[in-house]
Amino acid sequence: MKKSYQSLEDNSTNNMKQVIHRKLAANILQLGFLILLTFSTSLHAQEGDPAKGKTIYNANCAACHKLDAPMTGPALRNVEQRLAEQEGLDRNWLTSWIHNSAGLIKSGDAYANKVYNEWNQMPMTAFPQLSDQDISDILAYTAEEKAAPPVPVASADGAATGGGDSGVSNTLILGALAVLFALLAMALVLVRRTLNRFAEAKGVYVEEKDKGVSIWRAFIQNQFLIFVTVILLLLSSTYYVYGYFMQVGVDQGYEPVQPIHYSHRIHAGDNAIDCKYCHSSARVSKHSGIPSLNVCMNCHKSISEVAPETLAEGKEYGVDYNAEIEKLYAATGWSPAEQKYIGEPQPVKWIRIHNLPDFAYFNHAQHVSVGGIECQTCHGPVQEMEIMYQHSPLTMGWCINCHRETNVKVEDNAYYTKIHEQLSKKYGVEKLTVAQMGGLECGKCHY
Amino acid sequence: MSSNKKYWKSVEELNTDSSIVEALRQNEFVEEIPTDEFLGNKSTLGTSATTRRDFLKYVGFSTAAVSLAACEGPIIKSIPYVVQPESIIPGVANFYATTIANGYDFASILVRTREGRPINIQNNDLGQTGANARVNASVLGLYDSMRLQAPVKNGNSISWETFDAETNQKLTDLTNSGKEIVLLTQTFASPSASKLISSFKEKYGNVRHVVYDAISVSGALDAYQAKYGERALPNYDFSKAATIVSVGADFLGDWCGGGYDAGYALGRIPKNGKMSRHIQIEANMSLTGANADKRIPATPSQQRMVLAKIHGYITGQSVSADLPAHIEKEVEKVASELRTAGSNGVLVTGFNDVNAQTIVLNINAALGSKAFDTKSPITTRQGSDQAVSSLVMDMNAGKVGAIIMCGVNPLYTLPNANEFAEGLKKTELSIAFSMKADETALATQYIAATPHYLESWGDVELKKGHFALMQPTIRPLFDTRQFEEALLKWTGSDVSYHDFIKETWNNSILGGGSFNQALHDGVFSASSADTMAAIFGENMASNSTATPTETSAGTAFASTTAISGGDAARALVSAPKSDGFELTLYSKVGMGDGKQANNPWLQEFPDPISRVSWDNYLLVSKTDAAKLGIKNWHVADGGLNSSLVELTLNGVSEILPVIIQPGQAVGSIGMAFGYGRSKGLKEEMQTGKNAYKFYEDFKETQSGASIKVVAGEHEFALIQLHNTLMGRNDIIKETTLEIFNTKDKSYWNAVPMVSLNHIETPVTSPEVDLWDEFDRSMGHHFNLAIDLNACTGCGACVVACQAENNVPVVGKKEVRKSRDMYWLRIDRYYSSEETFAGDVEKKENISGLLGDNGSVGVFDEMESAAMNNPQVAFQPIMCQHCNHAPCETVCPVAATSHGRQGQNQMVYNRCVGTRYCANNCPYKVRRFNWFSYNKNDEFDYYMNDDLGRMVLNPDVTVRSRGVMEKCSFCIQKTQKTILDAKLAGREIKDVEFHTACSAACDKGAMVFGDINDKESKVAKLKEDKRMYHLLEYIGTKPNVQYHTIVRNTTEA
Repeated sequence: MKKSYQSLEDNSTNNMKQVIHRKLAANILQLGFLILLTFSTSLHAQEGDPAKGKTIYNANCAACHKLDAPMTGPALRNVEQRLAEQEGLDRNWLTSWIHNSAGLIKSGDAYANKVYNEWNQMPMTAFPQLSDQDISDILAYTAEEKAAPPVPVASADGAATGGGDSGVSNTLILGALAVLFALLAMALVLVRRTLNRFAEAKGVYVEEKDKGVSIWRAFIQNQFLIFVTVILLLLSSTYYVYGYFMQVGVDQGYEPVQPIHYSHRIHAGDNAIDCKYCHSSARVSKHSGIPSLNVCMNCHKSISEVAPETLAEGKEYGVDYNAEIEKLYAATGWSPAEQKYIGEPQPVKWIRIHNLPDFAYFNHAQHVSVGGIECQTCHGPVQEMEIMYQHSPLTMGWCINCHRETNVKVEDNAYYTKIHEQLSKKYGVEKLTVAQMGGLECGKCHY
Repeated sequence: MSSNKKYWKSVEELNTDSSIVEALRQNEFVEEIPTDEFLGNKSTLGTSATTRRDFLKYVGFSTAAVSLAACEGPIIKSIPYVVQPESIIPGVANFYATTIANGYDFASILVRTREGRPINIQNNDLGQTGANARVNASVLGLYDSMRLQAPVKNGNSISWETFDAETNQKLTDLTNSGKEIVLLTQTFASPSASKLISSFKEKYGNVRHVVYDAISVSGALDAYQAKYGERALPNYDFSKAATIVSVGADFLGDWCGGGYDAGYALGRIPKNGKMSRHIQIEANMSLTGANADKRIPATPSQQRMVLAKIHGYITGQSVSADLPAHIEKEVEKVASELRTAGSNGVLVTGFNDVNAQTIVLNINAALGSKAFDTKSPITTRQGSDQAVSSLVMDMNAGKVGAIIMCGVNPLYTLPNANEFAEGLKKTELSIAFSMKADETALATQYIAATPHYLESWGDVELKKGHFALMQPTIRPLFDTRQFEEALLKWTGSDVSYHDFIKETWNNSILGGGSFNQALHDGVFSASSADTMAAIFGENMASNSTATPTETSAGTAFASTTAISGGDAARALVSAPKSDGFELTLYSKVGMGDGKQANNPWLQEFPDPISRVSWDNYLLVSKTDAAKLGIKNWHVADGGLNSSLVELTLNGVSEILPVIIQPGQAVGSIGMAFGYGRSKGLKEEMQTGKNAYKFYEDFKETQSGASIKVVAGEHEFALIQLHNTLMGRNDIIKETTLEIFNTKDKSYWNAVPMVSLNHIETPVTSPEVDLWDEFDRSMGHHFNLAIDLNACTGCGACVVACQAENNVPVVGKKEVRKSRDMYWLRIDRYYSSEETFAGDVEKKENISGLLGDNGSVGVFDEMESAAMNNPQVAFQPIMCQHCNHAPCETVCPVAATSHGRQGQNQMVYNRCVGTRYCANNCPYKVRRFNWFSYNKNDEFDYYMNDDLGRMVLNPDVTVRSRGVMEKCSFCIQKTQKTILDAKLAGREIKDVEFHTACSAACDKGAMVFGDINDKESKVAKLKEDKRMYHLLEYIGTKPNVQYHTIVRNTTEA
């Protein structure tokens, strides 16, 4: 962990150094865009706003179309230009296709039927609500040139190399300093020796101090001190030995390398996906369940690569997220090019992080659904974890402590009505802790 | 002054010339200790580069390395599905309704699966019959490591393609050459299979279908067919009978397929001062005889005469038979009781004999018995003895071209197995459909590996008009194919058997009902008469293949016309007499016909009567044993040993161990089927001797046996070493119906009194209590009520408990050392006198220590059970979950403690194994793990292989060595019920709480629930006047209630 912080810092300092360059590049790019825009707009009779188009595109088209790669439907970069050049079809054709593709196919339009058959005879959803302006916005967006490799990536690259350089120089400086100090020390020794020689030669007599009893001898002679020291030594060693034994089998902070680098930070944090979307069995079962790969594919069928910014973030952790998604595809046998499952599925062998011993019974449903406990209470800030680790010690003392402090959620649960009434009368409290409900009994978790 | 006296250690020392003495003076041992043998080659040891110092270094290093490595946790992998099936949520159990139909056991059941593997079998409440011990244990057969994993040809695995190609070719060739093809199968009772077999016949022409039940009821089938025109067994509902007379029928065991016990138990619980009266006339002490109000021991030949006599008394056609006077007198009374009962009476018999069964049918019809049901007869036995016999003859005559067997093992179950083996060699094609390479399968050319019933599709007609469906609960573990699929392939059909069943059901069974609903329920009862007729028209046509007249090729069999009662009675009486012992072969509730002999649960399951596990043996009466010098004796380690005898019958002989059985009719002997298997099972399971050898002509009673004591002794694994109660009626309370009806509870079920300040005080009063009382009125408080009147001792609960709680199998040696691990046992007690009341009286009359009435002599006498006819009582015992538990106070580490819900909790990870708790438990229900029983080659039963461990319940810890364990009141089940209620946010209904045993008991003898719910059944039972607690005077306040036995001794 420390190491990654180090590199983060390095990165930030180097970024600051290179600020001028980045801005320069951005400026050039912007200029390029401007030129491009003026150029492209001049091509079209009807003007479209690519920014607006992007919004409409993401809302309506992105589920099935990508700009540069086929998905459920064909890639749409420069679709208008392509149609015009290759098929001689104009904007009107496109509009009627978008408004009612099925109708166009039925009318016997040759190209419409060709496309329809090429794409597994899957009709495109009709979008009659899109106005002509909307369509031209979209087309303007699709007509944009593919963005050049984004600058942040380049800068990050530079940063990485820069960071390496500075690391070398730091060591160099430190080494030089060390050599300097060594030389100084040597010089001092030499100076002292020379001075002594001078003194000897000149016959100066240096008075020697009476040494007296050394501190060690004094210490050994003082029995009380020895006694106290021995006691202290014994106590502290007991403390450490006890501490050592108590952590045997406690894997707090266990952070294994998983076969696929899955970032909870991106999924649960940035994208704010509910924990129980993937770990759905936590609601009804004793196991939280590692999601099966078909759950991943619900989203990753469309998300075959991450946004450039995210990819850049991945560099900080030394991960290529796109390669990790490729691993998922390999495991499920999904072919993004053909948009179907063709390969032999290979189950992923995740490494289990939270391991309770077999003699301890823990039920997720009881805690998540009945108790309404947040996942983070036990699993820590998962939404911030790039790599999942064990946050809690998972020891019995830790469980028991929570059972002593946590109140049972009895509201709106008919099961608890009677027992809550009886027990709250008995203990004279309104809120009952799990312990008062019998949550400390051995047999509740050990059977 | 010291004496010169010479001390000597052994007589040998006095012999001055002895070389031994000389040797001992120099050495510690007479002979040199065989160190060389132990060390192996000494010379290589000497030249070894490893010096002693090096060795110590290695030891030191490896010890350090191991302890260091132990600190490092193992990496545990977790592999989720690639595509998770919708119905499976890891950690949540799924239930499937299916049916077992293995030819011997037929029952509609629920299967619990976890993560796709079946782990447990339960009763299907919608079904007609409950799951017995064998059905409960059958789930383990799925994970049997001895199963065949692919089809086999002459010992080599082949592919199904090869199998299809070769067998198809051969079958076609045989048909073309006009040779006969024989299908020798178990009883399927399956409408779809019958249909398939008919189409197989159509295609191949010369096909004979022979149905073979290993333990035959052919006589009963013949009798019923002659009288009612259907090849079936009459159905009996014993709950409707007030007087039940059984002549040698073990109807609480496996008689006619079993499943009558639930109805019987209903009538045994006294209601409004009434309960049924049960009279049993039998030779062996059977489960049924043990439950009877009156049991009359009689040899099989006497039983036949008894039947004829009863027939005479009821119908007036008397026959003369010379019965011993005491039996004669009893028979007269029995007959008059039956006559008085009229339509409330019922008579059953166990003989596989047309005459005996005809008499029974006649009598029940004459009585107009309400319990006797011919409307929905039982169809799960179809075998025909004559058809099997003539098949063996035809095979030896070379008339049979091909034989295809399924679900049968004739080389093990036929008395003339050698003839069958010879005949098998003369066939041109022999195929066995089998899960194992068993005795028969090994003798055939092809073994077609079949799936377990939990991996198969199927349908069964349990009773006429009552259908059940079988569905897979797991994907096939191996490359197997069921018989019906093979028939489909052979008939050239490419539909799957599932589709075939669906079609059959939609066309002729459901009558418009939903197939999915039927599959969901597992059962379907045809209600309208039209559909019944439709089904039966078709079904009987296909079943008729099993009737002797059609199966025989030209040979005339017993006529299907009804025999008159008088003729039958005369035939019974006139059976030829022969000297020697009369043997009655029977099946145990554990092993049955031996199909599941490789099931360690069933092997270890103790016989309810003899309490012997891992064995069968010869049953001999005490009188005969004394005469012949046969002995049973206990040895120092607590085990039971017996003499060996040689049993000879019709020229066949076998050396057998003996159990001296109280209540065995003098002159009769008994032996259980199902043991002595030799192929297709692990070495540990090859127990006992094969009784089918003596099963001449499919008659379970044989006369003319001789016994001779031979040298040697046999070691039994007996689970209960004491036989009688010795008058301690604090354990089992018993009374008669008369007293129960007329006297006050304090007379027959008094609360024990203890002396407090010299005043007699009831032990239940708080003043006499040593402990502080806790308030137990809040939340749940679990109680288990056990009605000793309804409990028949069948043991379904024992196996259900074992399956639910991962109770290990320990093997014969360990059981012999009393190290069995059963959490729930069913104790069996004999009375020393004729009745338990007699025992008490005898105990009360003890005066002084010695002398005629002295305690020494009397207790000595009481230790042995009554010679001729003891009374028997069963008592299931598990942890009593005492509110004031003696075990909890002695645990030094607080590993066992009490929960608020009334459960005595055992924490394995806290236990250090002092065993103080077991010593202090007055009920002896705690079990100690002397070894690690899982992943241990010494205990190679089922927890030693990956396949067998798949049956383990993931909700219950598998215990390790050195910890104590015991019944937990199935806390995992009660907690699950509570959690389900919490998740749904509702209160819990009374019927929801269950333990494994209470759920397995279809007799209602075990009721589990929350006594703080005042409306619950168990709370009401607690107030019942029959309720008592075990050893109540100790003041442990158990949470298990027992309900006094009431016997109906009133002679009507």
